Amino acid sequence: MNKTFQTLFDTYNWDETLASINSKTAHDVEYALSKTKRDLEDFKALVSPAAAPYLEQMAHMSKMTTKKRFGNTIQMYVPMYLSNECQNICTYCGFSMTNKIPRRTLTDEEILKEVAFLKAKGYDHILLVTGEANKTVGVPYIKHAMELIKDQFSNITIEVQPLDQHEYEELIEANLYAVLVYQETYHRDEYKKHHPKGKKSNFDYRLDTADRLGKAGVHKIGIGALFGLEDWRADSFFTALHLKYLQKTYWKTKYSISFPRLRPHSGGLEPKVEMTDRDLVQTICAFRLLDEDVELSMSTRESEVFRNNIVHLGITSLSAESKTNPGGYTVDPQTLEQFEISDERSTELIAEMLKESGLEPVWKDWETFN
Amino acid sequence: MDTLKIADKEFTSRLFTGTGKFSSNDLMAKAILASESELVTVALKRVDIDNEQDKMLQSINQPHVNLLPNTSGVRDAKEAVFAAQLAREALETNWIKLEIHPDPKYLLPDPIETLKAAEELVKLGFVVMPYIHADPVLCKRLEEVGAQCVMPLGAPIGTNKGLKTSDFLEIIIEQSNVPVIVDAGIGSPSHAAYAMELGADAVLVNTAIAVSQNPVEMAKAFKMAVEAGRMAYNAKLASIKKHAEASSPLTSFLN
Ligand code: SF4
Repeated sequence: MNKTFQTLFDTYNWDETLASINSKTAHDVEYALSKTKRDLEDFKALVSPAAAPYLEQMAHMSKMTTKKRFGNTIQMYVPMYLSNECQNICTYCGFSMTNKIPRRTLTDEEILKEVAFLKAKGYDHILLVTGEANKTVGVPYIKHAMELIKDQFSNITIEVQPLDQHEYEELIEANLYAVLVYQETYHRDEYKKHHPKGKKSNFDYRLDTADRLGKAGVHKIGIGALFGLEDWRADSFFTALHLKYLQKTYWKTKYSISFPRLRPHSGGLEPKVEMTDRDLVQTICAFRLLDEDVELSMSTRESEVFRNNIVHLGITSLSAESKTNPGGYTVDPQTLEQFEISDERSTELIAEMLKESGLEPVWKDWETFN
Repeated sequence: MDTLKIADKEFTSRLFTGTGKFSSNDLMAKAILASESELVTVALKRVDIDNEQDKMLQSINQPHVNLLPNTSGVRDAKEAVFAAQLAREALETNWIKLEIHPDPKYLLPDPIETLKAAEELVKLGFVVMPYIHADPVLCKRLEEVGAQCVMPLGAPIGTNKGLKTSDFLEIIIEQSNVPVIVDAGIGSPSHAAYAMELGADAVLVNTAIAVSQNPVEMAKAFKMAVEAGRMAYNAKLASIKKHAEASSPLTSFLN
């Protein structure tokens, strides 16, 4: 198993893929909708312009399929930013190295203070986030932070710089449950433009991160694209291709997909390709119709109205009340955020909203045994 | 037809056949020829290894036919590895159909011994084709130890009952990185076509051809069924249309 996703990925051409998506017809969409099991060609049809008139039908099918597999529940999680230090330049990010913002990395005491706040809110699954500053916020720091809080959470997920396989193995020993790593865009040249400097500019190393995670044996891998950098239809397709490859290769691992859209931040970048709310719903439904079991995750980047509705259309996990700055909950609410969130409602209000619409917020769904 | 690749060999025919249960070697040879099969299993226990003029082997000695010795009759991994080595020497092929069934009544494959033997045989340089239950997890485990394909059963061997395991076959086909060959249980051409429509890479048929009233005609019928099934799979089957349930709109918030 020395092959990685790159081998498969390199057999695809971006422009041809996009042309193939755009050439799908109403007939292709109807065919895809009529099947019980769908393949990547069907997925192309479902994210194509031809599928737009079928959105309502897709939404119904996505809702029913999600209900069948996940019941009436929504998994709750919350991000905790440990640091905003970063040695990369990413054109769309507030933490980008050249942004003149005060940098902060949480101390043990500060981490515990944030944790106490989040625990009181009821969270039992936590997502630890950092920028990419290997010297100060490298594996030893991350591992230490995990060990510091592992008794307080049943499940720890991280969203940090891509690591080597042995480093993931080391973190798994410290109770690591899941890792999120988004490719941002699967367009090689555009990727280069948005990541001109720092370790992150290595497209291939990032692309094969999920393979290293699979080999290390992490429980769950989250992938996704940052919509807005490039054409969302093609980026969704490559995410789906990645997902299918991973499921076949690392079959003991669970997968989740996230759908971040470019959000305003300090030093803002306008999306190159706009993805409307309608487009986002189409994408989410297309993923659900491609895969009944994959977890689909929604952050607070989206608006209240959008989130109130999308929880019925295929989403299975939701964050709430998120702060995207280190210490944002209790320590230093004023530090600069990575991006602006849109749904600012409290955890309690979100839980209330879910219950009122017939869904149960789930706070604990896993226990990491080590 | 599109070709099928297993290890380093390419096959134009996706129908694999067997040599058991025919009323004569001559009839067997004719049926195999009519099937156009390029891979034919032989039970090592039936071959007279010391006799170069073994009648059965002689009668299927065609340039396009590859022999696939099987380990039928062995009861555990140790016996299987031994039998495979014997077959490699006697028949000069490193291909082996791994069959371990300790149960003499239903001849059901032993998953634990099969996995053990497969791992060992791959290390010894064999192209291993394991006969197994339609167990998706076992298939992934076999793939991981290096089996070049998997051969899940459709129904207990020799029963002609068809694809009783189709729900599991579908999962196996969806998940597999190696060819999936449906083995055992296929009793009629329509069963074979169905397996191919599901997306199986090939089928192996023996009893249904050998014990029919006219094995040669039946072999041809299977050949055509396998081709039709594969063609239908490639052309993408239309599926059953469900009517959407009328309910309140879910996407009106987007307007
Ligand atoms: S996206 Fe990540 S790597 Fe890029 S600048 Fe922001 S924090 Fe650093």
